[in-house]
Amino acid sequence: MAIEVRIPTILRTYTDGAKQVEGTGSTLGELLLDLDAKHGGLRERLVDDAGLRRFVNVYLNDEDVRFLAGLDTPVKDGDTVTVLPAVAGGGV
Amino acid sequence: MLTLPKQIYDQIVAHARRDHPDEACGIIAGPAGSDRPERFIPMTNAARSPTFYEFDSTEQFQVWKDMDDKDEEPVVLYHSHTATEAYPSRTDVSYASEPGAHYVLVSTRDEDQAEFRSYRIIDNQITEEPVTVVE
Repeated sequence: MAIEVRIPTILRTYTDGAKQVEGTGSTLGELLLDLDAKHGGLRERLVDDAGLRRFVNVYLNDEDVRFLAGLDTPVKDGDTVTVLPAVAGGGV
Repeated sequence: MLTLPKQIYDQIVAHARRDHPDEACGIIAGPAGSDRPERFIPMTNAARSPTFYEFDSTEQFQVWKDMDDKDEEPVVLYHSHTATEAYPSRTDVSYASEPGAHYVLVSTRDEDQAEFRSYRIIDNQITEEPVTVVE
């Protein structure tokens, strides 16, 4: 049983440089816990006390999980989860 | 050092002027590993603010997927400052998440003269670099 997770450049220090890793779980939250067990520290870059971090985008297949159920979004075998840091900034 | 075609330089400045007084933002994609900015991709500023920008998350996903399909990467990430200098702010540095990219800043604070500067932002360090515009 495997869910493919695509990792952006800036988080590949947690995956020994791998741009893609695999995990298991029936929700996104469970999947992130599973990934963290294999790639320690990764989860903390994605999740804080309030849930998914504000400036990190996580997609289940083609959809931003914020429009689904966040960490409670169900995931299954064959799904692809993609992580992209938000691109943002400002004048001050 | 950032080398870019004049046409792309002009497109970036025009985009910044067009969206003023909101910040404009976008990317220039190029073949992965080439450091050549070739494809101009203006992005929607989902924040629509004169002092903040953020890519729309769904649009960002589509663009990143498209680049991946074409074996490209984001060579330049650009945005404009509408009232301050063309220098990365603390916010810009804290959100800089593409260590391989050139961060281009355009300031539209003067209506006649746009400021256009480029930087690398790696591990919270800003390093300005020269910009060469080629025909």
